[in-house]
Amino acid sequence: MNWDMVGIWLGALTTLFLYSFLYRDNPFYKFAEHLFVGMSAGYWLIYSVFNVLIPNWWDRMLPEGGGFQWVWLIPGVFAVFMLARMVPKIAGLSRFALAMIVGTGAGLNMVTFFQSNALAQVKGTIFSVATGGVWSVFSSLVLVVGVVSGLVYFFFSKAHTGMTGRTASVGITILMVAFGASFGYTIMARISLLVGRVTFLLEDWLPTIPRLFGIGG
Amino acid sequence: MRLMIPLAITFIAGMIMILNFFIPHQPFAFLGDNLQEWYMIVASGAIFLGAANLMHVHIRKIRLRLKNWEYSPVTIIGFLVMVVTGLVYGVTENRPFDYLFMNMVAPMGATMFSLLAFFVASAAFRAFRASNWRATLLLTSAFLVMLGQVPIGAMIWDKIPLAKVWLMSIPNTAGQRAVMIGAAMGVVSTSLRMIFGIERSYLGGAD
Repeated sequence: MNWDMVGIWLGALTTLFLYSFLYRDNPFYKFAEHLFVGMSAGYWLIYSVFNVLIPNWWDRMLPEGGGFQWVWLIPGVFAVFMLARMVPKIAGLSRFALAMIVGTGAGLNMVTFFQSNALAQVKGTIFSVATGGVWSVFSSLVLVVGVVSGLVYFFFSKAHTGMTGRTASVGITILMVAFGASFGYTIMARISLLVGRVTFLLEDWLPTIPRLFGIGG
Repeated sequence: MRLMIPLAITFIAGMIMILNFFIPHQPFAFLGDNLQEWYMIVASGAIFLGAANLMHVHIRKIRLRLKNWEYSPVTIIGFLVMVVTGLVYGVTENRPFDYLFMNMVAPMGATMFSLLAFFVASAAFRAFRASNWRATLLLTSAFLVMLGQVPIGAMIWDKIPLAKVWLMSIPNTAGQRAVMIGAAMGVVSTSLRMIFGIERSYLGGAD
């Protein structure tokens, strides 16, 4: 059996089934949708086993040189606690696992987010003040005014009236331009995926139809 | 007591991570590094929980003959096929698991996301109709970025790609920075609330 051909047909049929939703909801779409959910869940489960659990947990608990590193039993037990949620009688055990994830995540995110998303952005804005030509200075000014007025718009502890209201109004304007640009960029990313799928159907799948039925060369 | 132990775990884990950042020496460096690795392992338990829950939901759907139950076996079979091929043949290149991913999961993922192009565009057309000057600004900005991304933009006017670059690097950066700084403040305050046990909804309520 030509497995390459089978692969192309599997990809093409599932693609067409999913695109059938553009007409209306139908059994072909539902079939492909359910298949995608199941296969994706299976993929991520296996991915996590082979890329997280085996190298980071199993291989460390039972190293090649021999011996049993008992300390690695602790995260394993916590991971099993997570599954306790499925059994009502012992569901409370999952709180220990959740607490560990939330605590570590909160501590880690608090410092890293503050450093990368707050301090680094403030620094970037301050150092953006250019010394080049008029256009460069104007752009830097738009950037600084945009960031400050945008922050004022998000500051709800003071009523948006008077000077604060006028600054917030500039903030909304900058945010609308920013959201428009992000929106346009997102649409184009999706369009590029669409082009990829249509190219696959036209260039990879369509030529296989005559070959499959023995038509042409 | 039912809440005290989880709250203590959250506090200790959170404080170790913060102290590890500010005092990157022993014993905090050792504790912090280990905790980060443990975090990854425990979090992967959540994937098992999600998979078990998915199976539970679909088996229940079939048993009770709920709406659209006919498609539930498709989800279960799709899940089992991936799990069995992964466990039996491994996940290296050119094995059945990789073949199924390359020929089914990846194309279906790309198709699903490309479907959004149609729905986002039509939803945006209805939601952002140029009802005021700010909405018009949003539409113009989106239109210029879209036009600047494709060759036809430069064919219409060679300054359109430059306008797109400026829009993305100046007003877009300004807006995104304001959002990011605001969100970072939110993350800091929420994290502190969690570490100090003020926010405990993740434990299933404030009881």
